[in-house]
Amino acid sequence: MFLEDLVALQINLTVLLDCLNIFGGTTTPGISTALRMCYKGYGYPLTLFLEEGGVVTVCKINTQEPEEPIDFEFCSTNVTNKVILQSESLKEAFSELDMTSEVLQITMSPSQPYFRLSTFGNAGNAHYDYSKDSDMMELFKCIKTQTNRYKMSLLKPSTKALALSCKVSVRTDNRGFLSLQYLVRNDDGQICFVEYYCCPDEEVEED
Amino acid sequence: MHCVVTGGNVKVLAKAIHSLSRIGDDLYVEPQEDGLALRSVNSSRSAYACFLLGDNFRCKMAIKSVQSVFRSLTTLEKTVEKCHIDLDEQKNRLTFTLHCKHGLLKTHNLSFQDSESLQAVFDKDSCANVFRAQPRLLVDTVVHFPPSLEEVTVSVSDERMWVRNHVEEEAEASKAMLTELCLASDEFDHFAVQAHNSVTFCLKELRGLLVFAESTGLPISMYFDEPGSPVVLSVTDSVLEGNFVLATLSDDPSLRKNSTHTVAPPPPDDFMNDDIDSYLIAMDTSTAPGPSTTGPPPPSLADATYRPPNKKFRSLFFGSVLPPSSQMSTQPMTSQEVLASDSDDET
Repeated sequence: MFLEDLVALQINLTVLLDCLNIFGGTTTPGISTALRMCYKGYGYPLTLFLEEGGVVTVCKINTQEPEEPIDFEFCSTNVTNKVILQSESLKEAFSELDMTSEVLQITMSPSQPYFRLSTFGNAGNAHYDYSKDSDMMELFKCIKTQTNRYKMSLLKPSTKALALSCKVSVRTDNRGFLSLQYLVRNDDGQICFVEYYCCPDEEVEED
Repeated sequence: MHCVVTGGNVKVLAKAIHSLSRIGDDLYVEPQEDGLALRSVNSSRSAYACFLLGDNFRCKMAIKSVQSVFRSLTTLEKTVEKCHIDLDEQKNRLTFTLHCKHGLLKTHNLSFQDSESLQAVFDKDSCANVFRAQPRLLVDTVVHFPPSLEEVTVSVSDERMWVRNHVEEEAEASKAMLTELCLASDEFDHFAVQAHNSVTFCLKELRGLLVFAESTGLPISMYFDEPGSPVVLSVTDSVLEGNFVLATLSDDPSLRKNSTHTVAPPPPDDFMNDDIDSYLIAMDTSTAPGPSTTGPPPPSLADATYRPPNKKFRSLFFGSVLPPSSQMSTQPMTSQEVLASDSDDET
């Protein structure tokens, strides 16, 4: 039996971003940058070979002792509610969200209001309701009414992925943990996923 | 109270709220028999605006929170099909429900506080000078002034209107720049002058109306009397009437130019000094020491004997409570009851 080695390393994110952008941040049409990542093993730096227009840059990034990433223990078998939405409608909602609200409340239910985003800000509260029959709703599978609140500050970073994505799947499990999966399509048609997990802010009565 | 705004009118409502937000921080909402009145006033009570949207409860709330309901005008135009506005008096809540495309429903529950009626007392119809122009004319005029410019002076004669920036009396003539535009009466849709007056008012607060009028294409009507009385600018169409009432600098009698001045035909200026000789010097543009002027000019600001007037923005006259059936726009100025004090000393 051949067991696959799991290689874990930790590097500074800012350094990595600087290296990846070494040829400048802007993309010129028709010109692409090629990347090759090499790692010799524990104790060796992570080596990046970047090539653009015939110019090659080699970056060696020192690694750190990897920390254990948090395991949210979110598994599909425990998922109670799931919807898949076209990102366009969510982008609009997220851009308008009342930032004076500390939490974003997500309600998912087999009955009205089906899928609702709520904020509670200084001026009052606001609700964004997505009907299950909406043409923006690609999949709607809710078996139980669940209302959970999540800290707005924790969800804010996910809007970057939302902006790039074309579809998003929103799932909650029996503990109220939230999983957001964004489908991002590259310029050359390649698909990649960005996943966010967030734990609920407080206990909310489930009807 | 419950009202429904549909289609393109949602955007008009949004634009009205955006332009009111340039006046003050609070939005006063008052349902009337002939429609919904949305009003705002600035903190010094020198600028007031009211939009009456048509077809003796009163409330007010922070404009910013209502503005956020209608934040993006371009998105509104594309996605909102209709807007419901509901008032829940028990819970002190005003609810805006926007029905959007793709089955999306946006509900905004805004809390408000009870307030007294906000109504400026003014009578457009009794004003001596009445003008109406396409918004483009005023926008093109105002664009020549820097965005930081606070006050502008409008002077009129039988055939012309001059618009120039108001320069502070303390400003050094060598550092001050005077910009003046002259508009002929034929550029206006309506131009009726009974009194050759000059009024000075705050430009900043006017810009909100200009943005609104330009985007809706509605002509702007302007009414004013003598300095000290407010200037009223309004827009009207079948679904709304908007009035912006701005206080003007009052005239200091000790400095008022003698209106029987024989030099013709200058518009009497609030701040002309009463030294005829210096005024005549200013008329001769070739020797004008200060900023040059073309046509009938106001006195040169470089004139050393120029005495600055006392500057007073008289606050608008507000009735504290008005009978509900009164027509807001034609309330005659029966009482000169000043509720807010002037920013400067009283004479």
